[in-house]
Amino acid sequence: MADVVMNRPLQLDPPLVEGNPTYAQVTDDVAGIVERKPPREWYAAIGITGLLTVVLGVSIAWLLYKGVGIWGNNQPVAWAWPITDFVFWIGIGHAGTLISAILYLFRQKWRTSINRAAEAMTIFAVMTAGLFPLFHTGRPWRAYWLFPIPNLDLSLWQNFRSPLMWDVFAVSTYATVSILFWYVGMIPDLGTLRDRATGLRQKIYGFFALGWRGSAWHWNHYEKAYLILAGLSTPLVLSVHSIVSFDFAVSIVPGWHTTIFPPYFVAGAIFSGFAMVITLMVLARKTYRLEHLITINHLENMNKILLATGSIVAYSYAVEFFTAAFSGNPYEQFVFMNRLVGPYAWAIWIMFFCNVFAPQLFWFRKVRRSIPAMFVIAIIVNVGMWFERFNIIVTSLHRDYLPSSWGMFTPTLFDFLTFFGSLGFFLTMFLLFLRYLPAIALSEVKAVMPAPQGGKGGE
Amino acid sequence: MAEKKLYGAVAEFSTPAALLEAARRMREHGYTRMDACTPFLVHGLDKALGIRQSPLGYIVFAGGLVGFVAGILLQWWTGAVDYPLIVGGKPLFAWEPSIPVIFELTVLLSAFAAVGGMLALNRLPRLHHPLFEMEAFRRASNDRFFLAVEATDPKFQPEQTKSLLESLGAESAALVEES
Repeated sequence: MADVVMNRPLQLDPPLVEGNPTYAQVTDDVAGIVERKPPREWYAAIGITGLLTVVLGVSIAWLLYKGVGIWGNNQPVAWAWPITDFVFWIGIGHAGTLISAILYLFRQKWRTSINRAAEAMTIFAVMTAGLFPLFHTGRPWRAYWLFPIPNLDLSLWQNFRSPLMWDVFAVSTYATVSILFWYVGMIPDLGTLRDRATGLRQKIYGFFALGWRGSAWHWNHYEKAYLILAGLSTPLVLSVHSIVSFDFAVSIVPGWHTTIFPPYFVAGAIFSGFAMVITLMVLARKTYRLEHLITINHLENMNKILLATGSIVAYSYAVEFFTAAFSGNPYEQFVFMNRLVGPYAWAIWIMFFCNVFAPQLFWFRKVRRSIPAMFVIAIIVNVGMWFERFNIIVTSLHRDYLPSSWGMFTPTLFDFLTFFGSLGFFLTMFLLFLRYLPAIALSEVKAVMPAPQGGKGGE
Repeated sequence: MAEKKLYGAVAEFSTPAALLEAARRMREHGYTRMDACTPFLVHGLDKALGIRQSPLGYIVFAGGLVGFVAGILLQWWTGAVDYPLIVGGKPLFAWEPSIPVIFELTVLLSAFAAVGGMLALNRLPRLHHPLFEMEAFRRASNDRFFLAVEATDPKFQPEQTKSLLESLGAESAALVEES
């Protein structure tokens, strides 16, 4: 008995950084990414995503010239793909804030090596999401009408009793606070890049580092600011997708008018966001050889969150169906039967497969720790979460109350081009982030590393 | 050329533990105007240097309060006073539909106060600092831990302070001029 105890290294938590590197090695590993020429994979990837971004630009230009008629939006399915894409992208963002804020408050130290990249992903996902309602309005040059700015060509005020206005405030606050949180977290690391650079690069990084010198007096206020921003972001991230769900739930459309929508949307958002973080991290750690900083334990933890949120989502689907059956409301019952066997039934069965079945494989430790398996499952979940939103929007709208107003929705080529173009835009932004900014929070990783012992350590 | 003013004596340490120990010992020697520069937050350093808790929380509370009040006034004034328009038979102003916007504005202005307040308390952004004149200081954001005793400290004696720092386990110590 004693032998067993003695022979096993007593370690309750797996190490957060593998291979016992020194501080300087960690700095080199992370800062080196932006200092060296990027690997060939990076150029190949940005070539493809850049092309897709051009596709997005061209399809938006054509949209501005012709109008929203180039999309498949119609009556009754006026929200169609653009709002599906909007909810999809805004949901993706949630994982970043969960990692950076909620896991910080819960003192989950494993978050430190993934939070920076996940926050960057949040910002780019929210930026991408913002494009869709903006262009879905049909007159994006009037976008300032959404904000309470006094102006001469609009002699009335916004209707603050409408959930669509709440949405404007929620999404723009979320974007702003996420950028602030991300930037504040990055200031010390920008200082590191500044101190290693020369010439113009030094000036640019120096500008954004704001003269940071790591003074203990500064860290004192900085830590407080970071804690407060984490505390503010936590209810904020929960509010954003709740308010997005109000866009649906506050209406009287059958299939939308339910009280489970806010928690259901938030769980789904975190679920889809983690799937995207895993997709991006698996590729980034391999390409940049960061396996010792973003370890298999980090990925396994994220897979556990995927399993947990995936199960909440599955439960929400079940509750939706139960509530519809139990409500005694024929319209509600019809919408859910129509989802299962109607003309769009394939969408809900894809959704069930991707979101309910696929993540359950993570009950097995082998699957949770297998890179190919988690990569495939994460992509399946991404697809499934897109179909969830498609399912919510299209099947509820295309057959609601009066059969005389029923209709069908068919996407056009431009629906596809805009969506895949937006994917390209999102990935391009992420690749540029990897190229020019510290992708791993150096000052946080160093703080959770075992400190060198004695007076001469850390050489 | 007139002789340059001294900023202070700066010592370089290779571990956070050595820095902490040195900071404590310098406090015991009666030094009060000290600064430490580290690549990451070293816990305990604030106590060792006698740094009080940050008052940032009060600034953020004020910011949040402004956002809260602004959220109420904005929705009440635009909806019930300046442009009263009945929509769906609902009251012109009510608490329930006003909560989301009030909440978002509270969070938004709190976040602005947190970031702006942090920068203002830290006197950032600033263009330069005497410490940046030191070549070795480049490693303060990498893997070295610096302790500075400022020349304005009443106990500061250039050579004496420097050798005291050296005796406390510093890798090196130097006098830095005001730039």
